[in-house]
Amino acid sequence: MSILKTFKPGGVNPAENKLSANRPIEILNPPGQAFIPINQNLGAPAIPLVQKGDEVKVGQLIARGEAFISSNVHSSVSGKVLKIDNVVDPSGYKRPTIVINVEGDEWVPGIDRSSEIKKLVTLSQKEIIEKIKEMGIVGLGGAAFPSHVKLMVPDGKKAEFLLINGVECEPFLTSDHRLMLEKGEEILIGTSILMKGLGVDKAIIGIENNKPDAIDHLSGLAENYDGIKVQPLKVKYPQGGEKQLIKAIINREVPSGKLPIEVEAVVHNVGTAYAVYEAIQKNKPLIERVVTVTGRYLSKPSNFLARIGTPISDLFEKASGLPENTGKIIGGGPMMGKALISTETPVVKGTSGILLFSEEEASRVPVKNCIRCGRCIKVCPMGLEPVLLAQLSEREMYTQAELENVMDCIECGSCHYTCPSGRPLLDYIRLGKSKVGQIIRNRGKK
Amino acid sequence: MNDILLFSVISLSAIGVAASVILFLIAQKFKVIEDPKIDVVEEVLPAANCGGCGYPGCRNFAEALVNSANKNKSIEGFNCPVGGSEVMGKVAEILGLEVEEQEPLIAVVRCNGSRANASQKISYDGPATCAFAHNLFSGENGCPYGCLGLGDCVVVCQFDAIYMNPETALPDVNDKCVACGACVEACPRDIIELRYKGKKDRRIFVSCVNKEKGGPARKNCKVACIGCGKCVEVCTFDAITLENNLAYIDYEKCKLCRKCVSVCPTGAIHELNFPSRKPKVEKTGEGDAALKKEKVIAAKKTESTKDNQQELKS
Repeated sequence: MSILKTFKPGGVNPAENKLSANRPIEILNPPGQAFIPINQNLGAPAIPLVQKGDEVKVGQLIARGEAFISSNVHSSVSGKVLKIDNVVDPSGYKRPTIVINVEGDEWVPGIDRSSEIKKLVTLSQKEIIEKIKEMGIVGLGGAAFPSHVKLMVPDGKKAEFLLINGVECEPFLTSDHRLMLEKGEEILIGTSILMKGLGVDKAIIGIENNKPDAIDHLSGLAENYDGIKVQPLKVKYPQGGEKQLIKAIINREVPSGKLPIEVEAVVHNVGTAYAVYEAIQKNKPLIERVVTVTGRYLSKPSNFLARIGTPISDLFEKASGLPENTGKIIGGGPMMGKALISTETPVVKGTSGILLFSEEEASRVPVKNCIRCGRCIKVCPMGLEPVLLAQLSEREMYTQAELENVMDCIECGSCHYTCPSGRPLLDYIRLGKSKVGQIIRNRGKK
Repeated sequence: MNDILLFSVISLSAIGVAASVILFLIAQKFKVIEDPKIDVVEEVLPAANCGGCGYPGCRNFAEALVNSANKNKSIEGFNCPVGGSEVMGKVAEILGLEVEEQEPLIAVVRCNGSRANASQKISYDGPATCAFAHNLFSGENGCPYGCLGLGDCVVVCQFDAIYMNPETALPDVNDKCVACGACVEACPRDIIELRYKGKKDRRIFVSCVNKEKGGPARKNCKVACIGCGKCVEVCTFDAITLENNLAYIDYEKCKLCRKCVSVCPTGAIHELNFPSRKPKVEKTGEGDAALKKEKVIAAKKTESTKDNQQELKS
C-alpha cells in the first residue's frame, strides 16, 4: 500500500459528520409552488422567455443565457407562471425569479425518463458542447460555473487530463457520495462524454479515502472504460477545491490568477458528470439535483433528489421537520456555506446541501486578540497569509492586499476554522476580495 | 604646534566657505517658487484635513485655490464645508476676489427603519462593518436598501457628529456635522446624503431609499416609501420626482411648504425642526378650554401645597 496522495501546503481536518452517508437518495415530489431564479450560475443572468400566465412543462426552456459566461434555465415543474418577481435567493438578496404554480407533472416530449443505461455516445465533440450549453449544465460542486465554458479550450492551449471531483471534502455533505454509489455507471458514461467533449483520453476520478465504498464501486466499474482511473486521496479539507485537486492528483500547481487549463487540466464535479450523462443520453436538462439535508440534531438527515426551485422548507418537512432550536440554516457545507435568511429560499443549481445548526452550534466564539501563532498561515492551502490579508482589509489597505494576492484566496475558511482566537479572518478577506475586485474592474474600464 | 592649529582652522574655514557657496548655488538652482498667498490662505482654513472639499488636505486645497485665482481669476466651485461661507469669505478677501455665499449642508440619514418600524427578522453576528454585511445579506430587518446599523458612518466621522442611537439602531446626525461627506462615502447603501441645512435648521426629506414596489417594501418596514406619488401631485414647486417606486425631494427646489408631509400615507417624508402645526379652528377652541382647565387645576394644586407647607411650618 502506497502513501495516499494529497495536496500541499496547508489543509485542515474538521470532524467529518457524514450523518446521511447511509441514506439512499429519496426522490422528492414537485413542490406546490416553484421559485426558479434566473441567475443560478456564475456570470450573467439569463433572460426570461416566459410571461405571467404562460403554461410551462417540465424541461421547457424558460430563460436563456445570452452572454458567454451564462447558462440556460429550464422549468423543473409543469404549471402556470404566476409571476416574475423578486424573491430571496441564497445570495441573501431578492433577485428576479420565475414563480410557477405547479399543476400536475407533465414533461416536455423527448425526455427519456427511464432508468435504462445508454452507453453509446453518438454526438461529436462540438455537438456535445452545444448540447451541454443548451441543457443549462453548470458545475454542481457549489460555484455553479457554466460547464460548457470549461470544455471550450482556448486557442493555443490544450488539455491533457480531465479530473472528476468526487472528493466532497466539506463535512456533513453526502450528496456526491450517494450519487457515486447509486449512479456509478452513469457518472462514468458522463465522464467519457466530458472526455470526448474536451478531447482528452485520460480521466481521473479523485475520491477521498473516507468513502471506501464509493472508491471500490467506481474502481470496479471503471475497468470497463478506457482511460478512466479512480484515485483514492488522503482525507484533507479543502481537497475538493479545483486547484487543490489538481495539485493532489497530478501534482501541478495552477499559477496565480490563472485557470486550470494553464496546467492542461480541467476539473468537473461528479454531480456535473451525472447531469451531463442525463443531458446527452437522456435529453434531460438540469432541472433537479441531489441535496443533502443534515444537521447533528436533525432526527432524519437525508439525501433528496429535489427539483430546482423547491423551497427548502419542503425539504425540512420531508426530513422530519424544522427543529425548534434551529439557530442557523446554512446553504452548503459548514466550511464554505452561507447562512440563509429565509426558509422559503429555493433550491438552486449550486445548492449541494442544507445544514441546520442549533442555536448553540450557531453561536460564534468571542473574538480575541491575534496571538501571532501563525496557524492560519500554516493551514492556508493557497500559501497566503490570512492574518495579514484580514488586517489589510480591515484597515482598508486594499492596494497592499492586492499585492499580497488576496484574489488568490479560495475562501475555504481553513484559517477561520483553525484560529485559536476565533478571529473572523475569512469574513474580512472576503470583504477585501470584493473591494479589490471592484478596484480591478474599475481599472479595466479606464 | 601653532602651525597645526593654524592649518586646521584655515582648512576648516575654507571647507565651510566652499560648502556654503555650493549650497547657495544649489539652493538658487532648485528654488521652489511658491505663491506666498498659499501660506496665508492655509492659515485661515480650519486645518481639519477632512477631505470634504475634494482635496487630500487643507494645504492642497489652499494651493488649488491660489492656482485657480491666478489662472481663472475666480474661485467658483470651491467650498470648504467645515469653514462654510465665513472662511470662504476670508479666503476671497485674501485673494482679492468675490465669492458667492453657499448654503451650508448637513448629512441626512434617509432611513427610518428603526427596530419599532422594521422588526428584526434575523440576527447577524459577523464582523460589525456595514461593508461586509452589505455583501452578505439584505439586512436584519429584511430591507435590501435600508440601514444595516453597524456604524461604518460613525467610524469615519472625524467630528463626532454622527452616532448610533441604541433605541432605533439608526445613526443620528448632530449639530457638529460639517458636511465633509466622509459618511456619505462610507455608507455602502448610499443612505446618507448631504442636503441644505435650511433656515432655522428646517429640512424636509424622504426618509427612505427603498426602490422596491409598495407591497414588498411595506412588508419589511412600516414607514417605507411606497412610491404612490401623492407627494409629487401635491408639490407646487416641481421639487419631487418619482423614480423606481421612490420619491425624492430636490432640496434646491423645495420651499419647505410641508404639503407633501401631510399627504404621505406611510409617514416616509420627514420634517425637522418645524413648529408644531396649528390645529384647525374648531379644535383650537376646545384645546384652549382644555388648557385653561389644566391651568386652573394646576393653580389649585399649588395653592393646596402652599397651604400644606404653611400648616407644616405652623
